Amino acid sequence: MWGYILRRLLFGIPTLLGVTIIVFSLLHLSPGDPVSAMVPADAPLELVQMIRQQMGLDQPLPVQYWRWLTRVVQGDLGNSLATRRPVLGEIRGALGNTFVLAISAAMVAFTLGVGLGTIAAFFQGRWLDKVASATAISGVSLPHYWVGIVLIIIFSVELNWLPAMGMQETQGQTSLLSLLRHMILPTIALSLIPMGVVARMVRTSILEILNQEFVLTLRAKGLWSRTITRHVMKNAAPPVLTLMGLQFGYLLGGSVLVETVFSWPGSGFLLNLAIFQRDIPMLQGVILILASFFVLLNLLVDILHSLIDPRIRRT
Amino acid sequence: MRKILGVGMVGLFIVATAWAPVLAQGRGGALRIGMTAADIAYTAGQPDQGFEGFRFVGYQLYDALVRWDLSQGEKLPEIVPALAESWEVDKNDVHRWIFKLRQGVKFHDGSDFNADAVIWNWEKIRNKDAPQYDTKQAGEIAPRITVIKSYRKLDDYTVEFTTTRPSSFVPFQLVYVFYSSPAQWEKVGREWRAFAANPSGTGPFKMTAFVPRERAELVPNTEYWDKNRIPKADKVILLPMPEPTTRLAALRTGQVDWIEVPPPDAIPLLRQGGFTISLRSYPHVWPYSLNLKQAPWDNKLVRQAANFAIDREGICKSLLNDTCQLATGVVYPGHPWFGKPAFTYEYNPKKAKELMKQAGYDGKRLKTSFLISTSGSGQMLPLPMNEFVQESLREIGIDVELVPIEWNTLTSWIRKGFIEEHANTGAMNVSFNFVEPFSAFVRFFHSASVPPKSLNVMHYINPEADQLIEAAEAAFDPKERDATLGKLHAMLVEEAPWIFVVHDLNPRALSPKVKGFVHPQSWFVDLTLPWVEQ
Repeated sequence: MWGYILRRLLFGIPTLLGVTIIVFSLLHLSPGDPVSAMVPADAPLELVQMIRQQMGLDQPLPVQYWRWLTRVVQGDLGNSLATRRPVLGEIRGALGNTFVLAISAAMVAFTLGVGLGTIAAFFQGRWLDKVASATAISGVSLPHYWVGIVLIIIFSVELNWLPAMGMQETQGQTSLLSLLRHMILPTIALSLIPMGVVARMVRTSILEILNQEFVLTLRAKGLWSRTITRHVMKNAAPPVLTLMGLQFGYLLGGSVLVETVFSWPGSGFLLNLAIFQRDIPMLQGVILILASFFVLLNLLVDILHSLIDPRIRRT
Repeated sequence: MRKILGVGMVGLFIVATAWAPVLAQGRGGALRIGMTAADIAYTAGQPDQGFEGFRFVGYQLYDALVRWDLSQGEKLPEIVPALAESWEVDKNDVHRWIFKLRQGVKFHDGSDFNADAVIWNWEKIRNKDAPQYDTKQAGEIAPRITVIKSYRKLDDYTVEFTTTRPSSFVPFQLVYVFYSSPAQWEKVGREWRAFAANPSGTGPFKMTAFVPRERAELVPNTEYWDKNRIPKADKVILLPMPEPTTRLAALRTGQVDWIEVPPPDAIPLLRQGGFTISLRSYPHVWPYSLNLKQAPWDNKLVRQAANFAIDREGICKSLLNDTCQLATGVVYPGHPWFGKPAFTYEYNPKKAKELMKQAGYDGKRLKTSFLISTSGSGQMLPLPMNEFVQESLREIGIDVELVPIEWNTLTSWIRKGFIEEHANTGAMNVSFNFVEPFSAFVRFFHSASVPPKSLNVMHYINPEADQLIEAAEAAFDPKERDATLGKLHAMLVEEAPWIFVVHDLNPRALSPKVKGFVHPQSWFVDLTLPWVEQ
């Protein structure tokens, strides 16, 4: 097992390299200029050139990339072009905030998704299936930023039950209770899509298993329906688990729109800001960290697969 | 005796009790401001994020040698003494300005402000070899101090500035230069990033907390040199909220007390809810900079026709809920530089069509393209506004293709001008400030300001305009300067190198708890005045 993990981790390195090369190239191919975002439009040309030179932006692209990569290998993601603060520190703070939201959204989404999908599958064609499937489709279809705005209007503005934005009280006091109150609306908005996606996958997987002959055999043998359900769920789990891993990765990326609507200072908000500021080191850093998370999550999912399904362990 | 004392004490207690609410009035509370920026501006001295950075960070943590008097909103703010008590131009050599510094001023860290600190700060933004040179601050301030050639200490409280040409615009340039504490810079390890985390200026506020992209907390500098400007609020909390609907919701739920730029369509609702909507003319203009290098915009008659074709009132009424005023020139009517233009660009499609006919476009449709942004600082609601203008121009035979690009990309084009793939583009839509004469005229309409030097992207080359700009700059009598700029402005209205569209009215929405707020005719605001009722 340890050899497998090590091998997978080593395979992750070229993936990450590929991601950084693609992102780096795309950033430099896209229009706009990081220095233009840093200084007023009428800043003297000499000064603009000097800033470009100081930041190494006048160097050929392969040189810029190589310099960045050699620093990254030493654990230094560089400084933000826009704020000059170290990229790693900025990402750490933002990712921590997104992590809090992603965990809660994943808990809500996966619980509801598995629940709705299971109900829909076991009551296929009946009204419970229709309600569960409609809920799942709504979750996938509704734009989550729009849902966010609607939630704010209802629960913050009209009912005044929950705060509309931020992570803590604007006065500056911080507490766990306050954080939980601030988390409710963005969590709901963020959990809708993964909830829908997971529910649909769970329904499909369970139906597929239910139609298999071994289930019929189990039924014919007179096994309790609870035991049959356990067998069905265990067999349906692998594809759902893979999907959950991917969905959690997306949640960790932070939803740019949800974090913007709720002024949640997470990685999505940071990424959005970095895109508009053409903050190349920040963008590279955020994407590298997120890509690393994806690689690790995929590995984790595969390990879980092998724990659930002995067939995978044997292969 | 004891009885008298007792009665006296009781009397004092009654008087104190009666007066307590009165004495307590007029100050206190935490003022929470929802800004449009996505992050707190750079706090080490010269702020980034344009004028929002100056408004909420620069002018609060720092002082300049001179400052805008933002204590009233009835007329344009004037420049008044700040860290300099007085200044004068050398009568024998008008290139030489002498500034007498205020004595007894201290930075937030307790160190003294003096001529050495002034020179040290100029080295910070001008001398590339100085250890304290900060490229970021230098980049931010450079376009605003173009006329300053040199700086020198004459004694501990006197400094001299020389200019590249005789220029009455010097105070208008020095009003943007802030002074950071040299002692604090040493203390934090000679590092601007560390300084930004623990800034020390001489301003009316000190920064006590800073969380990137989340908040900055400012508290009154009780030792401030100007006792009349010690902040009334106990605390000011700055909260970045780039999304307008979030700002709106935060105000309506009481999470903030003040928001910048509420969405125009929410204004009636906010008024209904008891919020104060504050509007005021200020030096902002939303124009199209035309490409005068080629047809059709090289033809003055077409430019005038386009200006007569715009239904400005329609934009302000139907689209922006009266949060703008009609722009018939670079500056608005009533402004000291408006002058006496020969005519006013009212909405007159008939006259516009007549001008098009005179220009040789009788019955012929004209095609052009405008480079526009999808959002951006001061751009108001760029997409619907541009579509509105597109419709207005279509009526007189001008078919405009709108080319929307992202704001940062557009600002990089405004630096380059109409070249390369945009050589044939007809216009760029970027809003501007006209706070002082340099920003209003020199950078746009002087022939020496064509890109890459500055923002005369139109290639407006007019020796008469150059002459008037130079004359205004050389006029040391403010009345003479304003009169010359008025003449220049009247000429620009007639020449129409821009399509003038609207001036924003700087909308702000405030909770009824906010008291003492003054909305000046400015991009900036005096945060020492407002306070929050408990």
